[in-house]
Amino acid sequence: MTARELTIDDLTRILRESAGENEGVDLDGDILDTLFTDLGYDSLALLEACSRIEREFGVKLSDDVLSEAETPRLLLEAAGGAVPPAARAA
Amino acid sequence: MTESAAVTGIGVIAPNGLGTEEFWTATQKGISGIERISRYDPASYPTRLAGEVTGFEAGEYLASRLLPQTDRMTQMALVASDWALADADLDPAAVPEFDMGVVTASASGGFEFAQNELQKLWSKGPEYVSAYQSFAWFYAVNTGQISIRHGMRGPSGVLVTDQAGGLDALGHARRHIRKGTGVVVSGGVDASLPPWGLVSLLSTGRLSPTDDPARAYAPFDTSADGHLPGEGGAILVLERESRARERGARVYGTVAGYAATFDPGPGSGRGPGLRRAIETALADARVTPGAIDVVFADAAGVRDLDRAEAAALSAVFGPNGVPVTAPKTMTGRLYSGAASLDTATALLAMRDGVVPPTLRVTDQAADCAIDLVRDTAREMRVNHALVVARGHGGFNAAMVLRAPAAD
Amino acid sequence: MSATEPAAGSRRAAEPGHEPTAGRRVVITGIGVVAPGGTGTKAFWDLITSGRTATGPISFFDPSPYRSQIAAECDFDPALHGLTPREIRRMDRATQFAVVGAGEAVRDSGLDFQSPDPSRIGVTIGSAVGATMGLEEEYVVLSDSGRKWLVDAEYRVPHLYGHFVPSSIASEVAWSVGAEGPAAVVSAGCTSGLDSVGYARELIAEGSADIMVAGATDAPISPIAVACFDAIKATSPRNDDPEHASRPFDRSRNGFVLGEGAAVFVLEEYEHARRRGAHVYAEIAGFASRCNAFHMTGLRPDGREMAVAIETALAEARMNAEDVEYVNAHGSGTKQNDRHETAAFKRSLGRHAYAVPVSSIKSMIGHSLGAIGSIEIAACALAIEHGVVPPTANLHTPDPECDLDYVPHTAREQRVDSVLTVGSGFGGFQSAMVLTRPSERRTA
Repeated sequence: MTARELTIDDLTRILRESAGENEGVDLDGDILDTLFTDLGYDSLALLEACSRIEREFGVKLSDDVLSEAETPRLLLEAAGGAVPPAARAA
Repeated sequence: MTESAAVTGIGVIAPNGLGTEEFWTATQKGISGIERISRYDPASYPTRLAGEVTGFEAGEYLASRLLPQTDRMTQMALVASDWALADADLDPAAVPEFDMGVVTASASGGFEFAQNELQKLWSKGPEYVSAYQSFAWFYAVNTGQISIRHGMRGPSGVLVTDQAGGLDALGHARRHIRKGTGVVVSGGVDASLPPWGLVSLLSTGRLSPTDDPARAYAPFDTSADGHLPGEGGAILVLERESRARERGARVYGTVAGYAATFDPGPGSGRGPGLRRAIETALADARVTPGAIDVVFADAAGVRDLDRAEAAALSAVFGPNGVPVTAPKTMTGRLYSGAASLDTATALLAMRDGVVPPTLRVTDQAADCAIDLVRDTAREMRVNHALVVARGHGGFNAAMVLRAPAAD
Repeated sequence: MSATEPAAGSRRAAEPGHEPTAGRRVVITGIGVVAPGGTGTKAFWDLITSGRTATGPISFFDPSPYRSQIAAECDFDPALHGLTPREIRRMDRATQFAVVGAGEAVRDSGLDFQSPDPSRIGVTIGSAVGATMGLEEEYVVLSDSGRKWLVDAEYRVPHLYGHFVPSSIASEVAWSVGAEGPAAVVSAGCTSGLDSVGYARELIAEGSADIMVAGATDAPISPIAVACFDAIKATSPRNDDPEHASRPFDRSRNGFVLGEGAAVFVLEEYEHARRRGAHVYAEIAGFASRCNAFHMTGLRPDGREMAVAIETALAEARMNAEDVEYVNAHGSGTKQNDRHETAAFKRSLGRHAYAVPVSSIKSMIGHSLGAIGSIEIAACALAIEHGVVPPTANLHTPDPECDLDYVPHTAREQRVDSVLTVGSGFGGFQSAMVLTRPSERRTA
């Protein structure tokens, strides 16, 4: 079976399922370069999300990914996902 | 003079009512929340009735961030704590953070969460186990989550004494208040009705197999053949009485006396410790048995245990010496939630001068010589109420509550 | 920066809610320990003062699917300790530990448990995860290895309820010693072992009991517990070197190593112990618990709530920070804990934090969740008794943020009259207890 690439839409869905959604945060907006902490996600939320990414997309994320991948873009990169071209801010 | 612990807020989630007033209205009328289990098909189990809390949608009250990391019992406890603080008209943000504590009782932890994660582990593998499992199941979760939600950094506690836990938690909350903490959120909530919980409950052999909601769980009746389980409970706000008075808070009543005892071991030949718990709690409250206006019974619904409870009450109060009631016949036994809900009910009985009824007793056993308030509520003044609770395996607890005006 | 804060004494009573207990004094007169590396108090003390470790590969089940495959297991045969086959069947492993530990404590106390009024004897047992091992075993049977959501009622065992509601642990201990006073399981996550003994102390101090059989137990080395700590990467994955995997305060630490065991004490009202000429190990001079109200698993870096708990416990003991001669750390070996705790010591003890020896016995016997707090109380009482401070094993290169005297590798002989022991647990619980040589305590 061919592994599918993780997209930002997948990531948003997984975050919603595994950790809910903070009030006042628009996950459907341009969040690629927003810090997870600013999106309201703590280390537990990311651990849960990463575990689902690993299972669903058949990737292995290193133990350091939590401390290093501080934004959705960095997490997509770490997971070998589909990374959109760098945005203006990054 | 030791400070009294006053109850200034009540939050109830019960099978026969969400929120204090809905619960209390139903309870006075004798409306039961016990029905056939609806969340799964219980046909394969010898007990198929329970007190389920219906209509509770955690998402209506709690942020979505909290939902994946909490068991149903924690969701209920968090909502009940919100309601209790609102009822107390107390804004935790305005109270010094170390002056607020949390003490809860737990019986079986977040058991639905546990069953889900055990199933993932054993059917799929360890990598499927949730990052939240490490605390969503464990017994301390409600104390931890309530303290986080309201920024309460003071003394805490978690007690596991089965059905006696609700009183032991409130008794420990009173200790914290006597040692100087201003506000303690305390009580118990349980929700262990999923299949793995029900089967564990069945293992005691004390659940009623009767399939008719109009007949099952009839404590003190000759036909008593077990109890029914339920989910929910109550969270209370306890407050240093002088603090409550100073801020003009409404006081439901005070915790006047409390005691816990343990039964002698099997084969010792000596009687159970319930009577001693009651007598010690009365002494702690400095009242005589004659001062107690009503008793909220443990009401096991098992003949031997009913007889033992009636004997303890008769020994202290004399045969038929005090009105006794068991509103838990409308909710089922709620384990760690039972005694804190009985405490809430007793305080509401004081407020309104109404003792709610015990349901389904049509043929009270002759060896249960108690003045059982049956079928309909009894209007009467309540200055002192006694709540008793027994936990599986020998635990006994008793608490005396005093109405604000009584002295 | 914390070191420049004023000494602890000047901040005392700054926070509300901790007036010292005006009550009866409480002492330890009996100790029973079941720990990795050997059952019994002597085996335990020999191990932790030798600096040897009892951590190894998990043997209870095949750990190969797990991230962390190591633990500190107890070599424990309940039958050798007098439990009958029926009791062994009925009791979860954690319960067996507690009953055996209580038996040793009672014998050690020299107290005739037949003669006191049983209603004046109570029991408190701490446990974080209760009978999780027994529950999981029964679950696997009744669910057909996780295949059924509607688990089978037919094959349920009568003692399943005792696993379901772990107050059964307190029941079994109470029956085994003949206690009929207040009894409870205290379950505050990884501070359970401190909180249980703290609770028992309050019951004696307020007069609800004269004697308490108090302690804590946990037996969490089961697939579900290993998996749940895997999921948050809290346990060490140093599977290739299990003997050196628990590395509190070391720069290379990468999580705690799961342990199991129990410690149970006979606590007595001081005059009660004195009248009968009992050997007194230590007085429990102060105890406090606080919540961080921050996060279920995370810790605030400044250690504020633990510092408040420490200050409150010292105030109860009527002691100054400088009086503390040994600090038994929580020292779990996770990145965040050891920094948090070091900050809390500096915040509460001021400059004295740098002078006092601090060690973590979890480096040798792992982290037995709710049990460890009581096992550490045993270590503290024995440190006072023997005049020896146990070391921190596996500490080669200290984390620059952990810059205290952690007593690396080798035990230290020194007179110890007063000890501080702390615990930190999921749920945000922070607890601190002060033990003293009874003759050293200043009376009010």
